[in-house]
This record gives sequence, C-alpha cells and structure tokens, in this order.
Amino acid sequence: MKQTLQAALLAAVSAFGLTAFVPAQAQNVQSVTIAVGAQVTSLDPHYHALSPNYAVAEMLFGALAGFDAHGRIQPGLAESWRPVSESVWEFKLRPNVRFHNGNAFTAEDVAFTVARVPTVPNSPSSYALYTRAIKSVEVVDPMTVRFHTEGPYPNLPNDLAQVSMLDRETHDGAATEDFNSGKVAIGAGPYRFVSFRSGDRLELARNEEYWGPKPAFERVSYRIMTNNAARMAAVLSGDVDMIDQVPTTDIARLRREERVRLSEADGLRVIFLGLDNSHPEGSPFITDNDGKPLTVNPLHDVRVRRALNMSIDRNAIVERVMEGSAIPTAQFLPPGTFGYVPGLEPVRPDLNAARKLLADAGYPNGFRMTLHGPNDRYINDARIIQAVGQMWTRIGVRTAVEGQPWTTFVARAGRQEFSAFLAGWGTASGEASSPLRSLTATYTRDRGWGGSNRGRYSNPAADAKLEAALRELDDAKREVLLQEATRITMEDVGIMPIHIQKNVWALRPGLAHEARADELTRAQDVRPAPAAR
Amino acid sequence: MSLYLLRRLLQAALVMLAMSVIVFVGVYAIGDPVEILISPDADQMERERAIKALGLDLPLWMQYLSFLGNALRGDLGRSFVFNEPALQLILQRMPATLELAFGATIMALIIGIPLGLYAGLKPKSFGAKCIMTGSILGFSLPTFWVGLMLIMVFAVQLGWLPSTGRGETVDVMGMRWSFLTWDGLRHLAMPALNLALFKISLVIRLTRAGVRETMLMDFVKFARAKGLTNRRVISVHVFKNIMIPVVTVVGLELGSTIAFSVVTESVFAWPGMGKLIIDSINVLDRPVIVAYLMIIVLMFITINLLVDLSYSALDPRVRLENK
Repeated sequence: MKQTLQAALLAAVSAFGLTAFVPAQAQNVQSVTIAVGAQVTSLDPHYHALSPNYAVAEMLFGALAGFDAHGRIQPGLAESWRPVSESVWEFKLRPNVRFHNGNAFTAEDVAFTVARVPTVPNSPSSYALYTRAIKSVEVVDPMTVRFHTEGPYPNLPNDLAQVSMLDRETHDGAATEDFNSGKVAIGAGPYRFVSFRSGDRLELARNEEYWGPKPAFERVSYRIMTNNAARMAAVLSGDVDMIDQVPTTDIARLRREERVRLSEADGLRVIFLGLDNSHPEGSPFITDNDGKPLTVNPLHDVRVRRALNMSIDRNAIVERVMEGSAIPTAQFLPPGTFGYVPGLEPVRPDLNAARKLLADAGYPNGFRMTLHGPNDRYINDARIIQAVGQMWTRIGVRTAVEGQPWTTFVARAGRQEFSAFLAGWGTASGEASSPLRSLTATYTRDRGWGGSNRGRYSNPAADAKLEAALRELDDAKREVLLQEATRITMEDVGIMPIHIQKNVWALRPGLAHEARADELTRAQDVRPAPAAR
Repeated sequence: MSLYLLRRLLQAALVMLAMSVIVFVGVYAIGDPVEILISPDADQMERERAIKALGLDLPLWMQYLSFLGNALRGDLGRSFVFNEPALQLILQRMPATLELAFGATIMALIIGIPLGLYAGLKPKSFGAKCIMTGSILGFSLPTFWVGLMLIMVFAVQLGWLPSTGRGETVDVMGMRWSFLTWDGLRHLAMPALNLALFKISLVIRLTRAGVRETMLMDFVKFARAKGLTNRRVISVHVFKNIMIPVVTVVGLELGSTIAFSVVTESVFAWPGMGKLIIDSINVLDRPVIVAYLMIIVLMFITINLLVDLSYSALDPRVRLENK
C-alpha cells in the first residue's frame, strides 16, 4: 500500500512538472512546523522506549548525558562523570538547572528518577533496561550523585543518556496519562509543553530559562504524518517547514527541486542478513537442488557463509536500490563511532572465488534456499532481499525471496523459522557493545545476551572479548576489545552487514538543520539559515 | 414489537461476541505484539516482563475470558501502545472522522441532487451526458489516487488549500471540532471532497433514475393539468418522491464512511478513527482493534435497526413480528 502511494505520488509529480511553480508564502521565523514519519506514543519519558519518544523527551526533558550529532556521548544535565572505584560511578550535576515550573534540579531528583523508571505500569518496552545495572543511588550532596553497580559497568553514562530526568516534587505518583494530558509534562529541556493530541501533533514553546544553547524558534508544531506521500506533499506545498524519513525513491528528484533542500547524515542503523545457526540437522528453508531437505545445515560451514558474503555486491545495492543514501559496510557502525574497526572493509565481490568456496565445502552445484525479510519495515527492505537473492543465485545457491509484513516476520524470525533473513539494527547508544551483545553474542537468558540474536549465532572467542569489554572501565582498552570482538564475528561471518543507512530530512530553503546520526528529529537542531548574500 | 427488539439486541450481542473471538485468534495467529513494541536492546528478562505486563503470558482462552469479564463492566482494555483505555482513544478520534463523513455526505447531497435532477429532466442534453459520464469516473477512480491528485493540484501546484492534516479546533461538549473554524474548513475541504466523489456519483444516478420514473407518473400529469407551474411540480411533488431512496442509501453509506474512510484518512494524514485502526493493526494493538470493531458492529446493527423501524413506520404493510 505504502509503496503504491509513493509510486502514485511520483507519477503525479512528474506529470505536473513540479519545478514550475513556487508558492509565495509568509515565512514566519518565530515558529517552525516539523512533520515526522513515526508515531509518538507517549509523553511519559519512561513508558515506551522508542526513538520518536526519545526525540520528544530530548526536547521536553533531557538526561544526565546526551549524544552529539555523530552519536558520541557528551555532557547533559551532568557536567562530568568518572568511576571512583570498580563499581561506583560519580556524576557531577550541572548547577542552576531549573525545571519548567521553576523547581531546581538536584541529586534527589536523579535518585527519584532512577527509582521511578522500573515502576511505570503496563510499559510495552521499559526503560528499566538502562537503570538495571544500578544497585543503589547515593546522594552525596545536592550536586553530586554516586551510582553503585554490581561490578564494573563501563556503559553507565551511555545508558543514563537514555533516561530523562524528572522532578521529585512534580512527578511523585504521576501516571502516564498525566504526561499525555500535559499536567506533568514538565522537564528541564529546551522546550516546554503547550498541547498534545495523540496521533496528530505536539505543540511546544521555547524554554527561555534553558541551561544550554537557546533554540532558534519560539514555537514548534511537531506533526505526526506516518504516510510517506502525505509527508512529501506537506513539505512541497509549504504546509510544513521540515520532514524526516524522506523516501529514497524521491531523493534523486528532490536534489533538483528548488522548494526544498536535503539534510543528510550517516546513520547508526545497519541493515544485515542473519543466518540460521540453530538447526544443525538441516535448516527449514534449505534443500538440495531437487527440493529434498538436506540433513546438515550448510550454513554451519564458514566456507559457505563466506561464499554467500563474497557474492554480495554491496556497492550495487547502495547505488541501485538505495539511490546512494547508504554506505556499504562490513561492520555494525559507521566510521567515527566508538568501536568502529578501521580497515574492516566489505569483501570485494568475487563470484569465482565464491563458487570455489562452495565447492570446497561440498556443494559444487549449490543448493536451494529461501531468503526472508520484512517488506514494510526498513527502507527498501523487499528490494534488497530481491537483489541479494539474485546475487546468491549467480554462484549456484538458488535463492527464492519472500517478503512479509513486519508483524508476521518478526514473530517467525524470533522462533528461528527462517534459514536466512534480512533485519536491521539501530545502535542507539552509539557504541559497539550494544549490537555485539544483542545481535551476535551467544543466546544466554541469564546474562541477557543475544536477545535479538534470531539466527542463534554463537562464537565463544567473540563472547570472551565482549565479556572482557563489558567489565573494562578504561575507554581505550575497551574500544580495542570491542574492535576485536567485531573483527572475530565478521571474519567468521556471524552476520552479513550490507549497508548503513543515511538519515535524510527535507526542509524549506530558508532553514538549516544539523542532521543527526541517531535518526532523532528535534526542534533544537533547526534554525534559520544564515542569509545568502 | 418489544419481542422483536429484544431478539435484535440478542443477535447484536452474538455478532459482537463472534467478532471479538475472531480478532483475538487473528491477532494471536499473526504475531506477537511484544516483539513489535519492545526496544530491540531489550534482553530476555525484559521481554518476559513486558509479556507479563501486557497480560500476554496467560493462555489465549484465559486472556479472552478476562477481556470478556472486563467488557461486561464496560472496560474494553487499555491500548498496548498508548496505555490509555482503548474506548477513550477511539472516542477521542471520533469527531475527526464524524466531521469528515458528514462533510462528505453533505457535499454529496448538495452537488449530487441538483446535477441528478438536471440529468433526469433533460436526459438528451449535452450537459446531462457529461454529468453521467463524469459520474462513471466518480465510481471507478481509486480513492487514494484521486486524493493524491487533489493534493498535487490544489496544495502543491496552486497552493490554495493545505495539503494534509486537520486544522484548528474548538472544544464543544468536551470534544474537539474543526468545522467551526475557517482553518478547519480549509483542511476539511479536500479530504471530504475525496471521500464524497463516490457518493456524489451515487446520488446523481439515484436522483436521475427517480426523476425519470416519477415524471411519467399520473400524479405529475394531474398536477400539470391542474395548472401548477413546472417549478412547483418538480420542487414539491417530484422531489418528495425521489428523496425516499436517496435518503435510505445515503444513510447506509454514512455508516460505511464512518467505519472505512481509512484510505482517505491516511492519504490526508487525517487524525481520525480509520488512521488509528490502521496504525493499531500495524503494531498488533489488540485492545484497540477489538474495541474499534465492536463499536463498528454496534453502529451497523443500530443503523440497520433504525432503517427497519423506519420502514415499518413509513409502510404499514411491513410487519416486524412476521419477519
């Protein structure tokens, strides 16, 4: 449906020759209207851990730490932090910070927030994930707070960057509904609450007392428009000043369009293929060339995995399918992030070498396989699996492709029903331990590892490096351990990264926007463009 | 009569019951809401907690029974996504959908009846042929395409109307209505027209058929013979007679417009019930899906009942008890 609409809009656009007419409109520099493609489900910053909700929380509330546009951690409501012992972190709070209602932000509020997070009722995705490592909170003085953890826990600042700080006095006993109605939507963020209509729009006003750089716009209208075509039409017609999630099919045309300009950044979301590692006695969607099930799972053989990996032409996918709005990759994160492995580049596509690897593994004539993927979740997901299917077929692995709605796909993938599948991973914390722990670490319930490891890949060598990294408080040493874990996993083809998405916004020419790696669309990142001379 | 009403109510309850079972089983078969709602960072413990928090750890029949128990007390459950009562979520969005549906229906009557009258009175004229051909387009063009075309022409090209969304609202009786403000009307115009297109064609055809049939009736000849003006014959005597089928059909259409304006609402980013149900289906927000469908079933049953009752009032030959 979505794709039909997009195609229709595109057809309509070319039919009418869009560039012909630019509507004259009164440009009000005091306010900005932004349309976003994903639903804000709640204003309670501890109810539903979901990126649109993070974006709103960063406008209204703010956390102890934050991320800059490139996904690197930086101070927020805390000015600095350091481990004072193996299991204690000390955070120095920013002085003279006030909530929108004038209450001062102190260490007591931090303790209250950490206590509230796990108690929010009915949460479909709790923020307790980010506070669980904290065993106790010690208020040293009003501007100093110490977090006691079970053992060394180097990721605490990154985790706390996801947790919006609340005011003990205002939010004691506050329910999720009270945030949505605006009664207690009070934080220390750059914008204050004006009104919220679920599924429609959020209105904000600038917080003149904000501790950080003052946002450019006094008023913000933050609209939710989940339909791609509607969002595109809204920015082209000048109804909104900026949209996020620009469809890749429209990007080439928009570059020539005078009415909008694009703002782009390399994202933190990697699109990858997962392989079945859980059925040694034959994978559900793999058969020999006559259609008879195989008694061993060929994907257990690293030579087969390498052959499949080597046959994928990532540059072609990025150029043809993604229209250039992605970067080919062989790892989890883009350059410049914590844990990026310099020099780990995608393997050059080599069909003969791939065929030879297959023959060495005992499959000179290949086999048959089905590659599954969602068709409504990631940018161009269904088209990517089609392209990969063709590339695999060229080396003799005759691949059928099946795209399905995310709702069905994710449940089946979680039950290990597929042999090979496409998925994506957004590293919200901006550092490599998050994908290593959730995506490729051995599935271990007690440790909480491999929660999204849907292929059940397992590699003890990588696990050992990861375990060491998760206990290493020294940043430089930890980064090396994470790089080693990543390298081991990728050389063993635990997963096959394809590309890292670029995040694309479209805005009207009078505006400038600082594009963010973490996909968040925040009003404080928009300002009037410096006047052209 | 009261026995008849009682039986109809019982039927309604049974239909709603069957429907809720189908939705429960359907959502269960499609997938797991927790997989969709939960942060990918979540580990196994967190997943188990979320499953428990949403009550999805119980066997399906127990989930259903507890839903049924709550429903009898008027509580249709809380949305998994928004953590607000499902019924309240739907009712909040109802005004948006209602004003769209009524806007479209009024447009259909205002545009459709005069055109239909003209086409019926002068069937051989060029204008009538144009109208009838045009009405075929109204029937056959897909709604989403027409919607996109309207946006391209009136919003993107000409810049006359806002492209999408709902305009300013005012609070009346605790609900937000946008048709009372100028900005709201400007936003309403395109989606309402888009939704009305099919209905306009329908009304044109019904009116035209009615006029052509009625004009040959004896009472029209008699009225003419009596020396009444042409204007009076048409505007009073003919008009009254053709309105019966038009009103019946438009009334029934109103129901389906309220329930199924999903396409128009998503093309125009109109924050109504149709958009809510589509978004809810995408994330398997079962309480909202169930509550929405129950409301829709109830609405259709009520409309049908009202239609049956009004028939019996209009035509004494229809006896409800004998049905």
